[in-house]
Amino acid sequence: MTAAGNPALNTAARPTRGGRRLSLSWLGVMPFFVYVGLFLLLPTAIVVIGSLTAPTGGVSLTNFVGIDKPYMVKAFTLSLSVSAVSAVAGAFFGAVLAYAVVTGNPRGLLRRSIMSASGVLAQFGGVALAFAFIATFSTVGFVTVFLKDHGIDIYANGVWLYDPPGITLIYVYFQIPLMVLVFLPALDGIRPQWREATESLGGSTWHYWRYVAGPLLAPAFLGCTLLLFANAFSAYATIAALLTNGGVYVPLQIQALLTSETEQSQPGLAQALAVAMILIVVIVMTLYTLLQRRTTRWLR
Amino acid sequence: MKWSSPVRQLGLAVMALVLVAACGGSSSGGSASCSESTAKTADSASACGGMDALVAAAKAEGALNVIALPPDWANYGAVISGFTAKYGIAPNSINPNGSSQDEVNAFDGTSNAPDVVDVGQAVALANTAKFTPYKVATWNDIPAGAKEPTGLWFNDYGGYMGIGYDSTKVPGGVITSVSDLLGSGFKSKVALAGDPTKSNQGLNGVIMAGVANGGTLDDVSTGVGFFKKLKQAGNYVPVVGTAATVKLGQTPVLFEWDYLSTSHGKDVSSWKIFVPSNAIIGGYYSQAINKAAPHPAAARLWEEYLYSDAGQNLWLKGGARPVRMAAMTTAGTIDTAAAAALPAVNGTPQVPSGDQTSKASAYVVANWSAAVS
Repeated sequence: MTAAGNPALNTAARPTRGGRRLSLSWLGVMPFFVYVGLFLLLPTAIVVIGSLTAPTGGVSLTNFVGIDKPYMVKAFTLSLSVSAVSAVAGAFFGAVLAYAVVTGNPRGLLRRSIMSASGVLAQFGGVALAFAFIATFSTVGFVTVFLKDHGIDIYANGVWLYDPPGITLIYVYFQIPLMVLVFLPALDGIRPQWREATESLGGSTWHYWRYVAGPLLAPAFLGCTLLLFANAFSAYATIAALLTNGGVYVPLQIQALLTSETEQSQPGLAQALAVAMILIVVIVMTLYTLLQRRTTRWLR
Repeated sequence: MKWSSPVRQLGLAVMALVLVAACGGSSSGGSASCSESTAKTADSASACGGMDALVAAAKAEGALNVIALPPDWANYGAVISGFTAKYGIAPNSINPNGSSQDEVNAFDGTSNAPDVVDVGQAVALANTAKFTPYKVATWNDIPAGAKEPTGLWFNDYGGYMGIGYDSTKVPGGVITSVSDLLGSGFKSKVALAGDPTKSNQGLNGVIMAGVANGGTLDDVSTGVGFFKKLKQAGNYVPVVGTAATVKLGQTPVLFEWDYLSTSHGKDVSSWKIFVPSNAIIGGYYSQAINKAAPHPAAARLWEEYLYSDAGQNLWLKGGARPVRMAAMTTAGTIDTAAAAALPAVNGTPQVPSGDQTSKASAYVVANWSAAVS
């Protein structure tokens, strides 16, 4: 469709050129919309429709009935708690690291190397990360074996790597660099003049953090924490590669429900779980957007 | 070829006549042939005009889609190459590490859909509507309880649930009872070869642990309780044991079908298999043909090959017990050297029924996560 027939647009520019320009710009964003449509909207629609379709056909909420079973509740509890703890830990350490970077030389080696390392490590999730930990910290990993040879048995009371503390540790590995990347712009927005102004008015460091930097950074910090939470909550490949057996996390429950060969295959319930996950992420991301809006009011 | 009843023979003759009439000019001279429409519904080789016609039709199709057949699973690598060598049709193997459910999920009506499947009992029973009946030439050698009477599915090979272990990594170098595994020498060593909440093999591992500890086939709670104790002792590893994890040493003690466990001997020379005499749990896998198989004649020829003496002896070479083993032993066609190499088993095997498996599965799904996390 072109704007040739639209008189309002035609008056603004010469008729032929105006029409062509609009059609070209429309084409330019097409790949993006097709991509989003095919890989985000369409799958979401399929999952939502599937979750609302009863096994016998027709619209119903039957599929959601299974969600309150104790082992499903446990899956959600574990997924949420691992995501929350790894997000808070990642946010704290990431923010401290980002602050260290900001106080340094803006063109210095430290900043450049930490930024590039974060860029790489924030994406170092999934199967590669799981295998990195298997190679180093599993029962036969070289770090484990090395420590054992030197009298330290990190698994004296059983392997905790596959338990929630271990999973949290692994998640923190990609959460910290992500925090550095997303929180750094907010820290950069804090101007040195504000600190000088605080000091010239007789304020202490405590006053500066309590009344100036703290309130300014809080929305950004909370927003980034939420982003980290969503990042961990939706992670699948890492735990799938690590916990090949009996992983009690929502994405793994969905996988089990789809591929069970012992009569427990329930695609409808799997889709209901997926919808529940989507809802949680939507809530978190909405809060994130609201906090981002607040952040950008002061920090640009 | 033996006929089960004269009525059946008559029925087949009528059917063959109708089909020949329907095919009309396509069958020239005296030699029988098997058109695509005939092959689609043929429930035996003779309904397709005999073995020669079936072979010709399969060669004309020129392809066969198989799914979820790992080459190191029960000697499937050799079976596939044996079939190719004999008939010149190279099976197109899709998703070799898929589950039984993945196999049936792949029935999408396209030319890429699997022609034949090799599935666990539960999946076979749940999906009979998607299969077409077929009886291989050696049908009567398959024990009555090991096949669906019309030929919708039929057991092929199986074995017993065992505990494979690296004898250099366990205390004393030998396992003599399942409760040994709770000892402190097994810290972070014991694994299952499948997730019991979704894998047939994993589920049978839990059933076996249950029976060995005083449970029954009807009550799997003892098995789940055993794994809970394993987990509390820090002995359970939540990793599905595979050839890779065994080679790596991540899963030095592994609940697995004995015929699959045997194959780890080539990676770990000290690998041994223990089948507890008070809990010999048998399990068979079944073959079935996709009702909408894109290569109907090749699908049927594949089954004929699997149930031929050659095919059955290949399972045996892979350490699995072929379903025609008893009949072949009587007939003297069994590979005696391979039969002698099977793990020694003393006691009476028990095979969970479909109902028992369903009940166990439902219990495990509801209670597994509480036990091991």
